[in-house]
Amino acid sequence: MKKSVLLEIEQLSKSFGGVHAVQNVSFCVRDQEIVAIIGPNGAGKTTLFNIVTGILPPTSGSVLFKGMPVTGKKPYQLAALGITRTFQNLQVFTNMTVIENVMVGMHTRLKTGIFSAGFRLPQVFKEEKQALKQAMACLEQVGIAHLAFEKADILPYGTQRLVEIARAAASQPSLILLDEPMAGLNPQESKKLVDVLLAMRNNGMTFLFVEHDMETVMAIADRVIVLDYGKKIAEGCPEEITQHPDVIKAYLGEEEGASC
Amino acid sequence: MKLDVKRIHTGNAKWSLLFTVLLLGLPLIFSTNNYLLSTLIMVGFYTIVSTGLTLLMGYAGQISLGQAAFYGIGAYTSAYLTAHAGVSSWLAMAAGAAIAAMVALIVGIPAFRLREHYLALATLGFGIIVFTFFKEWKGITGGLNGFFGIPPIQLFGFPLQTDFQFYYLVWIFALIGVLFARNIVRSRVGRALLSIHGSEIAANSLGVNITKYKLQIFMISAVYASVAGSLYAHYVTFINPDLFGIVPSIYFLIMVVIGGTGNVWGGLIGAAVYVCLGELLKEMVPMFIPNAGGEFEIVFFGLLLVIILIYMPNGLSHSLSKVLKRVSSTSRHRKEPILVAENENAGSVGGEH
Amino acid sequence: MDGWSQFVQLLFSGLTVGSIYALVALGFVITYSVTGILNLAQGDFAMLGALLCITFVNSGIPFVIAILLSVVAVMAVGGLFERLAIHPARNSSIATLIIITIGAAFVFRGIAIFIWGTQPYALRPFTGNHSLNVVGAVIQTQNLWAIALSLVSFIALYIFFNKTYIGKAVTACVVNPFAARLMGIEPRKMSLGAVAVSAGLGALAGIVIAPVSGASYDMGVMIGLKAFIAAVIGGLTNAPAAIAGAFIIGILEAFTEGYLSSGYKDAISFGLLLLVLFFMPNGIFAKMSGKRV
Repeated sequence: MKKSVLLEIEQLSKSFGGVHAVQNVSFCVRDQEIVAIIGPNGAGKTTLFNIVTGILPPTSGSVLFKGMPVTGKKPYQLAALGITRTFQNLQVFTNMTVIENVMVGMHTRLKTGIFSAGFRLPQVFKEEKQALKQAMACLEQVGIAHLAFEKADILPYGTQRLVEIARAAASQPSLILLDEPMAGLNPQESKKLVDVLLAMRNNGMTFLFVEHDMETVMAIADRVIVLDYGKKIAEGCPEEITQHPDVIKAYLGEEEGASC
Repeated sequence: MKLDVKRIHTGNAKWSLLFTVLLLGLPLIFSTNNYLLSTLIMVGFYTIVSTGLTLLMGYAGQISLGQAAFYGIGAYTSAYLTAHAGVSSWLAMAAGAAIAAMVALIVGIPAFRLREHYLALATLGFGIIVFTFFKEWKGITGGLNGFFGIPPIQLFGFPLQTDFQFYYLVWIFALIGVLFARNIVRSRVGRALLSIHGSEIAANSLGVNITKYKLQIFMISAVYASVAGSLYAHYVTFINPDLFGIVPSIYFLIMVVIGGTGNVWGGLIGAAVYVCLGELLKEMVPMFIPNAGGEFEIVFFGLLLVIILIYMPNGLSHSLSKVLKRVSSTSRHRKEPILVAENENAGSVGGEH
Repeated sequence: MDGWSQFVQLLFSGLTVGSIYALVALGFVITYSVTGILNLAQGDFAMLGALLCITFVNSGIPFVIAILLSVVAVMAVGGLFERLAIHPARNSSIATLIIITIGAAFVFRGIAIFIWGTQPYALRPFTGNHSLNVVGAVIQTQNLWAIALSLVSFIALYIFFNKTYIGKAVTACVVNPFAARLMGIEPRKMSLGAVAVSAGLGALAGIVIAPVSGASYDMGVMIGLKAFIAAVIGGLTNAPAAIAGAFIIGILEAFTEGYLSSGYKDAISFGLLLLVLFFMPNGIFAKMSGKRV
């Protein structure tokens, strides 16, 4: 059974001056899928990611989310629509506790404005209580509920990444974009993160991620998109990709007889 | 483990309440000590300004080197409307606040596209331009000669003129200001502000409209300053542009830094330390250096600023809240570890990291 | 005075003030490029230089030696400031560092009040009270000194940064601190040197302007802020552009004062600052290609 298409990238291109960082890339992400974008350094993965997350505007092409064009929307607008992300270089709010980090993630789900907050209207208290409960549930989902009231900056790197994922999931988005989620993690932490991501997917979450670590890609991706020199050179399930001649060439160069 | 909202904000409600009672009881004991009352009234004005600035700098992490401009807008609006246009002092105060908020919005829209150095410079430039208008717009402000004869503020038809009366007026405003700030901080809005300070890119990706919140909090801080300026104008009945120039802006900054930027009481602590230290220096300095003028105190504030930023970047309120927490925890022998208090480490002053 | 001679008069007064701003602005640019810090105490180096020089001259030290002595002394003050205030806080946020330099400016001002009081002082012109007559405008020789000395400083700095080993090392640190470290250049040591050189430039500016406008404890505030505007207009890391910015500000101010009113002089300079910040945040000489993400 084919699931419905959640995110659709159509003929996306981006050039910086004369450099074509991304050229005519198209692909889609379906509901409850885990899709990986891979490619050698300089293949345009980060640029593509930045366009989808609204940091860069594309030169041409479009991004559709649930059938709606979202090209050029700002990150905070995308978040309201249901796309959130994590960062390769951790962007945990070190000036807050873990639970507060996650509560920031719920921003789009809450309503309190500056005046109702300032006058502490009754619904604010109710909302805070509700938010706290839900944030706790998010932390439980990634297995760090016991650290809820710790300052975020004292946690180990891998745990901070889990905080970021809990935070990105807090608003119950439809799609979470992960920018090199395994970067900087030790094998144990990676394994834990893989389990967390798979569990979240089974609960209905969809992920699109950029990753260098092939082991992870093989372990969790349903589909893999391969970029090279800004172009999509292959797409398929992990097994297909490892056999794909263009992919082998891109990763290993032109040498004959190279194999993985 | 019980899940309770109080666990995120283990504020020291008990201490805050005790402090408030003390503050409001003080004039009943020292009702004849006008020196004490007038000093504390000044602390009150500055508390209002620096509490607003703390929201902007300590929570949202945005620097403003032109806050005295809003203080002046409030003061001159109140002065002009009550003295020359016969408007009620409360209406004039509201008008001042509205003008300050509008100016903050107009300046803020382009200014908050800038960061760090550039934002600091833009707010500094804004402060100097407004100061120039106070000086040169003689028809309204009286120019460098100052503005005389500002009528007293009226409450239900009674003019508030004694220090005793004014003390309550200004401190009710100040405490409401602190409470309002505390409420903002402990909410979705407060977290959004902190997240902007923590990482703009992450805040943005989680749905926080950064520009909107920066502008909102800048406008709020402008209203705080403006209301304080209105009250001040009615209290001293004479104002001149030098009170609202760039040096006062920097003094407000000093108060925020001394008090600490991650605590809503920081503004009050900073204002109190600033005023008291200033008074102390006025007494002490002539004893040691007979011919030094009042300007000499700036060397102390300069040193204080540098030393606090280097050795105590979270300010006095941070250290104080630690001490208070230790006191209350030992007195109650709690078993439960004391959980992190209200965002005590909201970080050093302003800016990105 | 007819229109033309007034124009020339104002132009020269603008060039004089502009060259002072340029010297201080260069200090900003050097400090900012090397340390990443916008030193708001920069103008106060000018004040210290001027007042020190006046004291030396009044105590009978020959003029040239007095100038050198005060420049060196202010450089030492600058170095001390870098070690005591900037270095210990080098890892703080940018806003914290800005505020620290404001605090330092207050300290310098306070010390100046302590030593010299609040009254203004005068310094005699470098070469007597001569003046030239250019199409009816009276140009003091001191104005020419100011312009000439700043030009000499620019050339000297240009040679220093482009031709000498140390200068090139500093430039390397600015361009790529990591690569510089690999080459055995220690960027942090450069920070001390940069602040000291900037302080020296500031001192020179103060000494040069003292015979024209006098010297007092608070003269550094406005000089510093105007130089600041100049540096920002130039884009903060571009020395020639900062110099150009300084002359633009100087001339703009002279003409505002001459043709409009002296009261709005500051508002116009700072209005220009806001315009540049809001609409051309990379400086007016930057190419429009610069992208800010």
